[in-house]
Amino acid sequence: MSFLDYAPAPESQAVLNLRSDYGLFIDGEFVAGRGEPFQSINPATEKQIAMIAHADAADVDAAVAAARRAYDRTWSKLSGSDRGKYLFRIARLVQERARELAVAETLDNGKPIKESRDVDVPLVAAWFFYYAGWADKLDHAGVGPTPSARGVAAQVIPWNFPLLMLAWKIAPALAAGNTVVLKPAETTSLTALLFAEILQQADLPAGVVNIVTGGRDTGRALVGHPGVNLVAFTGSTGAGRAIARSVAGTDKKVILELGGKAANIVFDDAPIDQAIEGIVNGIFFNQGHVCCAGSRLLVQESIHDDVIDRLKERLSTLRLGDPMDKNTDIGAINSAEQLARIREITDIGEQEGAERWSPDCVLPETGFWFKPTIFTNVSSSHRIARDEVFGPVLSVLTFRTPAEAIAKANNTPYGLSAGIWTEKGSRMLAVADKLRAGVIWANTFNRFDPASPFGGYKESGYGREGGRHGLAAYLKPAAGRAAARTVTAAPAASVAPAASGTASPASAEKTPVSRKKAAK
Amino acid sequence: MTTSQTAMAQLNTGERALALIGGEATDANLRRYLHGIPGIDAVGLEQRAADLGTRSIKTSSKKWAIDRIISLIDLTTLEGADTPGKVKSLVGKALTPDAGDLSCPRVAAVCVYGDMVPHAVAALGPAHSAGTDAGVNVAAVATAFPSGRASLAIKLADVNDAVAAGADEIDMVIDRGAFLSGRFGQVYDEIVAVKQNCRRADGSFAHLKVILETGELGTYDNVRRASWLAILAGGEFIKTSTGKVPLAATLPVTLSMLEVVRDWHRLTGAKVGVKPAGGIRTSKDATKYLVTVAETVGEEWLTPGLFRFGASSLLNDVLMQRQKMTSGHYSGPDYVTMD
Repeated sequence: MSFLDYAPAPESQAVLNLRSDYGLFIDGEFVAGRGEPFQSINPATEKQIAMIAHADAADVDAAVAAARRAYDRTWSKLSGSDRGKYLFRIARLVQERARELAVAETLDNGKPIKESRDVDVPLVAAWFFYYAGWADKLDHAGVGPTPSARGVAAQVIPWNFPLLMLAWKIAPALAAGNTVVLKPAETTSLTALLFAEILQQADLPAGVVNIVTGGRDTGRALVGHPGVNLVAFTGSTGAGRAIARSVAGTDKKVILELGGKAANIVFDDAPIDQAIEGIVNGIFFNQGHVCCAGSRLLVQESIHDDVIDRLKERLSTLRLGDPMDKNTDIGAINSAEQLARIREITDIGEQEGAERWSPDCVLPETGFWFKPTIFTNVSSSHRIARDEVFGPVLSVLTFRTPAEAIAKANNTPYGLSAGIWTEKGSRMLAVADKLRAGVIWANTFNRFDPASPFGGYKESGYGREGGRHGLAAYLKPAAGRAAARTVTAAPAASVAPAASGTASPASAEKTPVSRKKAAK
Repeated sequence: MTTSQTAMAQLNTGERALALIGGEATDANLRRYLHGIPGIDAVGLEQRAADLGTRSIKTSSKKWAIDRIISLIDLTTLEGADTPGKVKSLVGKALTPDAGDLSCPRVAAVCVYGDMVPHAVAALGPAHSAGTDAGVNVAAVATAFPSGRASLAIKLADVNDAVAAGADEIDMVIDRGAFLSGRFGQVYDEIVAVKQNCRRADGSFAHLKVILETGELGTYDNVRRASWLAILAGGEFIKTSTGKVPLAATLPVTLSMLEVVRDWHRLTGAKVGVKPAGGIRTSKDATKYLVTVAETVGEEWLTPGLFRFGASSLLNDVLMQRQKMTSGHYSGPDYVTMD
């Protein structure tokens, strides 16, 4: 027997009490959807987990109406500290039911249980705790005194971190005083529905959070609904573009978290063992289904061969298989559709002349799987170096000087994240200063904290989530503020006409500008 | 090995070191070499160690791990109050860890102060491995253990006494003061000298373990440099701690030493052992070390020749786990013997 063939250590699924079918969560109750229900499958076995309701336009209408009612009658009337109490309660319930949520997430998404247990669910609780604390401190959110909520927020989330993305969206929205209609991704509705049960347990007033499951049509109906005041979306750049188009010309506030093609830059003075871990964590965490994944490794040419040797050795120790096994490092690809996309783009990579390598590992017979893969001899023009793969696929490029590393790192339509590996602090800061990316990690990768804003440049979207910045997006400045300014300007004008002559047009000009900024 | 082969191996180690550092083992040359080794990011190292610690070792793997841990233990007593009786009792425990289950493997070695070596050898009797693979080794701490604050002559005399009394392994301490003040050449020369003094009358050598006392080195970068230094000088094992300072073996420290051993193997093909010592008290903790070894340098390192635990209370915890695996229920401290 080989010790490294660890005996199976499956997480128990006994904590999970799933229903055979789930309705939509509207106005505090589970109700049947009007569309055709669809099945949610376990991507590791392709077996059905539950049937999920499909919301059509009328269901979305009902959900938005419920959210509006809850906003007008209840949520907007509560004090910040009372809203905070609900959020704290939700956070504690998430912690209490952490094991159950982790198991459900792994079952539905295919990610290894150690990730859902140690990363996803603890961060979900952290997000609610963090924003619970903000609920009664909105004056300090950076949008001026006594800001108000925007109203009803339409939120559409992806399948890669189903429950965590829900938390990123719902926690700041509720803290700021908005009500929510959230649409989970079609393939990963399960934990959102368990979360709805948590909301019932927490006695959250009916209609404050509504969850509508369904397909793209459901998302379109929600985003395009005239009754929503804000649209928050995390997903592909293509879908984000469509959303931006559909809300153009309306007064809906939009936050988009889109794709990425992050450069992970390894300098020759990097702490090499930690850099290898960072490269692995950067691209193979969550099967590479991470918008901020370090999918382009930029390694200094002088250490290229050594890094690749070490990387290959390390990849050979990764354990791919049953996501529910506590020792699994690489789980299943979330869907057949995504697997096909990864296969297509990696095949193109080979055709374009890049060198493909994967460790020896046996793929299970059922389910959707893809071996961790690295491409060497990649040039900047290759599609695998430009397109977001959203899978466990790393493209390795080299550079000679810091200037070249920066130029290559920035040479992408995206700009979500980047990584820098060096032992030299001054270089770290100098390079970070020149990278056009929303999040830059130094000597680490894929670390998240609710206090830290997250978001992209260019085609990676706009708006920030997390931290004070993430809160501000869900707030608007006090309604009377612009008017109040003109009022204070007016008496000044009468007292000192000479000064007001310059001041008042400036402030008149300033108001629409700041409004435009807020609406961006 | 014949005397000439051993001598040759000795020579090769020295030559290899000189070739690697590009000249004589002077402070300047060693500094240039040791400071050219890639640094360690502490947060990343600790994160990796914590991650390895989450491996879930169950059922058949746990059973294997428990027996393997026992066979890798250097059962240790290093007290001012040590007596021949105490050592005899320790040897009894080493030979028969679980009186209720004779299928339980023996430990790798007993580890004692130099003056206790004759008593340990006598107590082991025919079970003393004395250079063979079978049986239990006697390891002796030496070189003015634990502080290392004595003249070289005294340190070497300490080594000679232990070797002459029949010690199979010498656990020396490096001069941390010299290391921290940049006198790398002195540390190197001392290890080389101690190794030469590990030579027995018949020309064979006692195995040399080099204790870095990582708790006094302060940084992971220093641990890494001291590891390279000890290996360059010919240490066959690098060991974390004496167990006499508050900060003893930790998983991140051991991981960083294993990484050096792995790199040395890549570079030269030679295999160096690692011994975390002090502070490892539970079966669960020891299992984390097995995982870390297997996933860093490979499973072939999990033999007494290449990995040891320096421990005393660990054995009884492992035995209780072992009894639980066999009987299905936990026994308790009264069902394992005190040594």
